Amino acid sequence: MAPQGKPTVVVIGNGMVGYKFCEKLLAKSTAFNLVVFGEEPRVAYDRVHLSEYFGGKTADDLLMAPRQWYHDNGIVLHLGDAVQEIDRASRTVHARSGLVQPYDYLVLATGSSAFVPDVPGVEKQGVMVYRTIEDLDEIKAYAATARSGAVLGGGLLGLEAAKALLDLGVADAHVVEFAPRLMPRQIDAAGSAMLQAKLEALGLKIHLSKATSHIGGEGKIDALHFGDGSILEVDMLVISAGIRPRDELAKLAGLEVGMRGGIVVNDEMRTSDPSIFAIGECALHGGMIYGLVAPGYDMAEVVVSQLQQGARAFTGYDMSSKLKLIGVDVASFGDPFIAEPHSRSIVFEDAHSGVYKRINISPDGKYLLGGVLIGDAEAYNMLLQTVNNKLALPPHPEDLILGARGGEASEGAGVMSLPNEALVCSCEAVTKGMICDAVTGLGATSVDAMKKCNKAGTGCGGCVPMVKDLINGTLTAQGAYIKNVLCEHFDYSRQELFDLLKINDIRTYGAALDHFGTGDGCEVCKPAVGSILSGLWNELIVKQNTIQDTNDRYLANIQKGGSYSVMPRMAGGEVSPQQLMAIGRIAEKYQLYTKITGGQRIDMFGAHVSDLPNIWEELIAEGFESGHAYGKSLRTVKSCVGSTWCRYGLHDSVSFAIEIENRYKGIRSPHKMKSGVSGCVRECAEAQAKDFGVIATEKGWNLYVCGNGGAKPQHAQLLAADLDKETLLKYLDRFLMFYIKTADPLMRTATWLNKLDGGMAYLRNVVINDSLGICADLEAEISLLIKNYHCEWKEVVENPELRKQFTHFVNAPQVKDPTMEFAEMRGQKISKAW
Amino acid sequence: METLTAATWLPVCQTADVPADGGACALVEGEQVAIFNFARRGEWYATQNLCPHKQQMILARGMIGSTGEACEPKVACPYHKRTFSLLTGECLNADECAIQTYPVRVENDTVYIGWA
Repeated sequence: MAPQGKPTVVVIGNGMVGYKFCEKLLAKSTAFNLVVFGEEPRVAYDRVHLSEYFGGKTADDLLMAPRQWYHDNGIVLHLGDAVQEIDRASRTVHARSGLVQPYDYLVLATGSSAFVPDVPGVEKQGVMVYRTIEDLDEIKAYAATARSGAVLGGGLLGLEAAKALLDLGVADAHVVEFAPRLMPRQIDAAGSAMLQAKLEALGLKIHLSKATSHIGGEGKIDALHFGDGSILEVDMLVISAGIRPRDELAKLAGLEVGMRGGIVVNDEMRTSDPSIFAIGECALHGGMIYGLVAPGYDMAEVVVSQLQQGARAFTGYDMSSKLKLIGVDVASFGDPFIAEPHSRSIVFEDAHSGVYKRINISPDGKYLLGGVLIGDAEAYNMLLQTVNNKLALPPHPEDLILGARGGEASEGAGVMSLPNEALVCSCEAVTKGMICDAVTGLGATSVDAMKKCNKAGTGCGGCVPMVKDLINGTLTAQGAYIKNVLCEHFDYSRQELFDLLKINDIRTYGAALDHFGTGDGCEVCKPAVGSILSGLWNELIVKQNTIQDTNDRYLANIQKGGSYSVMPRMAGGEVSPQQLMAIGRIAEKYQLYTKITGGQRIDMFGAHVSDLPNIWEELIAEGFESGHAYGKSLRTVKSCVGSTWCRYGLHDSVSFAIEIENRYKGIRSPHKMKSGVSGCVRECAEAQAKDFGVIATEKGWNLYVCGNGGAKPQHAQLLAADLDKETLLKYLDRFLMFYIKTADPLMRTATWLNKLDGGMAYLRNVVINDSLGICADLEAEISLLIKNYHCEWKEVVENPELRKQFTHFVNAPQVKDPTMEFAEMRGQKISKAW
Repeated sequence: METLTAATWLPVCQTADVPADGGACALVEGEQVAIFNFARRGEWYATQNLCPHKQQMILARGMIGSTGEACEPKVACPYHKRTFSLLTGECLNADECAIQTYPVRVENDTVYIGWA
């Protein structure tokens, strides 16, 4: 039970804001007893990311904190027990269970419910709201049999609900909006039109200016009938037409409420009874209900301050927001609508790629007043700061949305010009000053350390890039030389350490740490040094398995749930019918999920760690060898079928791909490498999207390098044209070894080239013209690596000591991890969602 | 023989079972415990095997190391590199719950953990 003598704070409502209030109060003070009543059976969960519930997240994933957290922090929590009455005279609350709880202070965080318009037929089966996890369960169950569905409401929540319908596989999804455009409260008409076009391209059907007159169907919805006489036939309807504050308890207790709902509060968040506060979506402040979570958190902070005789007040909240709706960036900030003569607008519109940007600037051109961004909201953080802090605009304000063209733009300088009070993380109310102080005073020089210090970036995460820029900017301003070192244990860059270990003939991590490092190492320098040692000597990596990342330690790729995937090499993507049958037999025997990968080979998922050596013993007996899919090394050389079959093929691309793959297989590099060989200019192997790619020409082969797919696609660039095979391999040897020796840890070839002073011209000079005089060394070094190739799995399978390491329980090698669970999809097993 | 209040010393494995400067998972009274052989420092640690971030039974396969001036020993989860202090169990680089730690002692090449 709660200790006596401390004042008791009772919180009614266990939603996001109610939870945040508890968290903030606990962080500041232990002088109160906290008692929380929640009407729902669950502890508070994250409603902002509710749609992820359909994307595979479980209800537990969405929890703000597990139930144990309340217990551990001494909070008395009553769930599934709604408060029915507040007795202000005796300062008690009465719960449905009969419990009577006295309070010294009462915090109402009762939130809101979905607003359901008074349309005839809303009671029909198949009409639902989008608000709680229970609502989502109902929608999910109903959507399983629905072919078509509509969402009533084209605002923020409505579009979220529409995404949910798409995610649930409702083929025919509609959005119905009363206003003539989408999101009328946040963005301007042109922005709405751009958003609409993007959503329609994704398959949503959008109906505007539609007033729903009634919902048709016998007991069960079959259509929406509109005021203009038109009809939309649907199997289900999700209503998302706004929120209604839950003020009924307050009303019953005689507290002042607004005409259209909401508990009236002052700047201290006090209701008309000074010992009762209201926060979040149930509170009416200055005539406004704030339906976003960030202002709710700010209100919670105000109450925490008030309870401790602080002076913090709530003075309204900036409703600027940035979100991703069905994959489309949407942001509005400041005053998005203000127009002539009170402001001048600069608009950029690119209908082809679906980008719309508008900024409103003051008539004198000095300040930014607000704006809208659709399709590309990267500039949002900086623009918002420019508005909030009244920063002077540059002479060409259009640069803000178009980027500086022509001149040199120094990134990051803009961030440092913000005033100290600029709010950077609005979820946790962290200012620029707090972040810079944490760098200088507390030594928080990484985003992780910053999160620990002041929680910046732990909410929606949108400010993380800006936090990073501020950390680096502060360090630079301090005159700190930001040296590109591995980590706290090695004061060298990867390239420096590579040379040191080579010159001193160092072959183990322990020796490297003793000679050139401090401390005991960490998860950053261990695999980085492991990669350097492999790049130097190419010895068996499992001999130093505890410095390898888990994939390299177990020679397989770890997947969700703790199982591993197995991928034998199929050089060039070539595989015989016998090998296919062997794979099928082995996958069936060990119950593995099989899939063709993007690199033209077969991946087998869901293997228990203790089965890995047995699986490989069988694969090796069938003539397979390790595919190194787990390593930072060459993955595959993809090929088109080439001149052996294709009527357009100029040369035999398959044979060349196999030759290249076998030449470089197993060599460890700073990051993974992918390759491809195409037999003609049609480029079926997509060689120009690879770290190195080869394309046949009339006269020989073209060699392209430093391309990348991934998050930032980049085409490979031509290193040399019309080469014969021997010359091509010679250039490739030099190129690869130069990359292996000089790149930073986990740096792909594309980024490496982008950071290389002199770029492609310099690289060409080194590799082709030997401008550094190192080509003979590069060739000798890589031939040592090629010579030392071994199938890592063969070494393990044949070595009982190494095999022993592939168990889950060291004291019960026969027992498999009992917590490992699988689900089923389309007749194959899949990992269980986390 | 030293004793901890309300704890029993359970033998869980042999010293040779746990790789130097690495970990292994042991099944103890139906629970999964990660045992770490911090050979570089001549120290042993034990924690729960479950990483609280994504609820995965994995910490024994994580890389160990140390951080800060005081060289606080730590383990990094292989999945998303959450790191935890081997002394206190506290998460060092994110807002995860602390993990359970257990006392360890080694006698005649047998590893014992203190089980409450």
